[in-house]
Amino acid sequence: MLLIYCPYCEEERSELEFRNAGDAHIARPTNIAEITDEEFEAYFFLRDNPKGVIFERWRHIHGCGRFFNAARDTVSDRFLTTYQAGEPKPDLNAQPKTSATLETYDEALEGAAQ
Amino acid sequence: MADQAMAIRKAPLAGLRGGSHAAILTPAAPASRISLRAAKDAVPALSAALGVTLPLRPKTSASSGKRHALWLGPDEWLVIDEDGADLMAAAASSGALHSAVDVSHRNTAVIVSGPGAEVAINSGCPQDLSLGLFPVGACSRTVLGKAEIVLFRTSEDTFRLECWRSFSPFVFGLLSEGAEDAAH
Ligand SMILES: [Zn+2]
Repeated sequence: MLLIYCPYCEEERSELEFRNAGDAHIARPTNIAEITDEEFEAYFFLRDNPKGVIFERWRHIHGCGRFFNAARDTVSDRFLTTYQAGEPKPDLNAQPKTSATLETYDEALEGAAQ
Repeated sequence: MADQAMAIRKAPLAGLRGGSHAAILTPAAPASRISLRAAKDAVPALSAALGVTLPLRPKTSASSGKRHALWLGPDEWLVIDEDGADLMAAAASSGALHSAVDVSHRNTAVIVSGPGAEVAINSGCPQDLSLGLFPVGACSRTVLGKAEIVLFRTSEDTFRLECWRSFSPFVFGLLSEGAEDAAH
């Protein structure tokens, strides 16, 4: 069972209580009626979908109901940190690294390819 | 003239009994409930009007007699009055800005009691219910199987488990299975 730390409940809870809510830190343009279709597309539809660390919104929907932000590794599904909505992106260098997990995953991929 | 028909209100789990010697399941008596939302500055006035201090810490509750205020979120509480008092009127008398929704009949509750109560609930609920992390008076919105519930520990071996009425047959059934398992 994956445990996620809710910054509002201040404890780890089962992933069953949470919902993913897409990328975090996407600023809505203040002049949204004036921007071009391409600019709107970039804001509204285009996402990076990185292999590795992603900053996401999550909602503790079956708990306190709050949206918060999380840094998650899309390869290992490991949550590096979570923080309250409205707070700036945290410095992940201060967080534990996940290289060991990544190497294991890469090795597993190589093994599957052989 | 035709006789006038009168509708009789039927409690969702009326007449049901269940469980095992380890965990007894009893439908709770009807109660009044409000879903209360308010900012911090309204909390003192609302607490005074409701006669129970709205808790501000996660997973905590406050009780005054048969009235209970359960912390659900940073600005959200479930207030239950087991005597069926008019909580909407009490909240309105506070004069403070808030949102109160009467959910007395949206919710129903099952009392789970006995030495196997934790095990019975944990059959479908992922929270750690050990006394250290979920002491008497602790409360939390969480899940039981596919249903959202609100758990409230009223004594070391007793929980009040609130769920939406349409989910109550599922909740009661799943708890019955869990109570059976808890007896082995
Ligand atoms: Zn939470």
